[in-house]
Amino acid sequence: MAQPILDVRNLHKHYPGVNAVNGIDFTVPQGICFGLLGPNGAGKTTTIEMLEGITKPTSGEIRYKGELQGARFRQEAGIQFQSTALQDFLTVRENLKFFSSLYPKGLPLEELIEICRLQEYLDRDASKLSGGQRQRMLLALALVNDPDVVFLDEPTTGLDPQARLNFWELVNSIKARHKTVLLTTHYMEEAYNLCDEIAIMDHGKIIAHGSPDALLATHFQDVIIELPERDFPDAAKTIPHRYLDKVTGTIEIITPDVNGTLAQLIQHGASLAGLQVRPRTLEDLFIELTGKELRA
Amino acid sequence: MMQRIWATFYARCLEYVRDRSALGWNFILPVALVFGLAFVFSGEGKPLFKVGVIADNVSATVAPNAALHPFLQTQHIDFYSVPATTVEASVRKVGRHQTDMLLDLRAGQQHYWINSDSQNGYVLEKLLQGSGGTTLAKQSVQGEEIRYVDWVVPGILGMNVMFSCLFGVGFVIVRYRKSGYLKRLNATPLSATEFLLAQVLSRLSLITLATTIVFTGTNLFMHFTVEGSYWHLLLVLMVGAFTLITLSLLVAARVSSEELAGGLLNLLTWPMMVLSGVWFSMEGTNPVMQWVSQLSPLTHMLTAARAIMLDGANLADISGHLGVLVLMSAVFLVIGALSFKWTSD
Repeated sequence: MAQPILDVRNLHKHYPGVNAVNGIDFTVPQGICFGLLGPNGAGKTTTIEMLEGITKPTSGEIRYKGELQGARFRQEAGIQFQSTALQDFLTVRENLKFFSSLYPKGLPLEELIEICRLQEYLDRDASKLSGGQRQRMLLALALVNDPDVVFLDEPTTGLDPQARLNFWELVNSIKARHKTVLLTTHYMEEAYNLCDEIAIMDHGKIIAHGSPDALLATHFQDVIIELPERDFPDAAKTIPHRYLDKVTGTIEIITPDVNGTLAQLIQHGASLAGLQVRPRTLEDLFIELTGKELRA
Repeated sequence: MMQRIWATFYARCLEYVRDRSALGWNFILPVALVFGLAFVFSGEGKPLFKVGVIADNVSATVAPNAALHPFLQTQHIDFYSVPATTVEASVRKVGRHQTDMLLDLRAGQQHYWINSDSQNGYVLEKLLQGSGGTTLAKQSVQGEEIRYVDWVVPGILGMNVMFSCLFGVGFVIVRYRKSGYLKRLNATPLSATEFLLAQVLSRLSLITLATTIVFTGTNLFMHFTVEGSYWHLLLVLMVGAFTLITLSLLVAARVSSEELAGGLLNLLTWPMMVLSGVWFSMEGTNPVMQWVSQLSPLTHMLTAARAIMLDGANLADISGHLGVLVLMSAVFLVIGALSFKWTSD
């Protein structure tokens, strides 16, 4: 088996009164996109910051290419934080040049500009960029040293759908260059589309780990039928169901046997005009594993 | 390493130079103060008689005993004690019109100095002669008058350097930390030492340049008295600015709240401005205040600069002040670098 690019063993991080990360183990193979998911306060940002070398673990071990994190990791890792401030009054080009100068080697700036599509606003003050442009520039800064592993901490939070899709394309182009990507996100669709492997965290522990499809197959052998309440006659209420949304009046039936359930609905006189059948998603899995209660 | 320091230095300089409001302030404030004070003190003004008194076994911090001579009982004259060890410097002050008269009332001495060109000296001499008591022998001193602006210009420039170094470095680092910029830099191979060195060099270069331009520009109009070497003045400026920058690094080493940083920097700058002799001499003030003033880097910077400008002091004369500044810098820098924190957690 090839050596993993990151090997995490029994990692703990304690803050006064809080066990932010509570003994997690996982490995990240080279060249994949690894997603770290979890509700707010689950410990994923603390975990990713320990992996980035920004936060010191209380105990445990993180190995990069078999070695404990050190100068080599700093030079070969690219990082995009959840929110990154830059110096005032510097243009995009000047920021790229500055960060590029901090590394002994890196991508030629022209290539970086092309990958992240920065041509149009290279000489614009970095503080005057739109959300999507800013995220592309921050991604370029994370790639400036041609890293082997790229950390992206909630990179698409706050972006509009177009900017998000555009960012996904960029991440896929990084993957195509055989870079390892470590991604945290609150968007399950994003994780499903980009990640080869995911780990779901809650209360400082990893509660599920694997490829998105394998996890869905392990946890779910059923599908979901949704139909409006008005199309769901009283006679059909013998079929196990629940309200998906009481305001809009949507009924949800979870069943491993679609044909049988549909036959039952028809038999009870339900209208199928507004009915939808959908497979289980990563969002369903996330809610199933971490619950529905609101997190801080 | 040098590449990283240079890149950080250059980026910080760009940020400073492009911040037009801050840049402008660094030039406008000292120029306005120099010209403003020169204007305010250009008239005849209110006569202030200042008389130094040398007596046996009297400390500089205690007012002269009025029983020594009837003249000392005259009202509206500022009599202050002069240690016997500083007679030479005090006579020079009479020559510079900084002291109107110097009396030596020690046993076996009994004489006085006045500047023969000084109006105040003439008036005081007449008062002395009319006061009765022991007749004192006259000794005349020659010398050009030191204008207040000549005395105060190192203070104004020093104050500007102090504010620029403390707020321009300390406050900026705290802002970088709070905004997460330091955290981003921490994720690169840039070390804390490299980062701090770049900040020090950037501010030192810019403040040296700005102060030199302001001094040279105002000197074209004001023709300041500079008895010593301009190069020595430049050295004092650079060493003093370096000390103040390292002090700001010490303040900014761990703080991540701009409000707290602002409070701490104000806590440092205001006492320094009042107690370092920016606007008035600390001579003759409360001994505790004089002792406290010695803890301020600005005191040593201004004393050394005035010694060069007004007394023509050379490097050996000001070596004590330079030594204190270097020592302070070393202490501030070591503690600041060791306690430096990239993130606000």
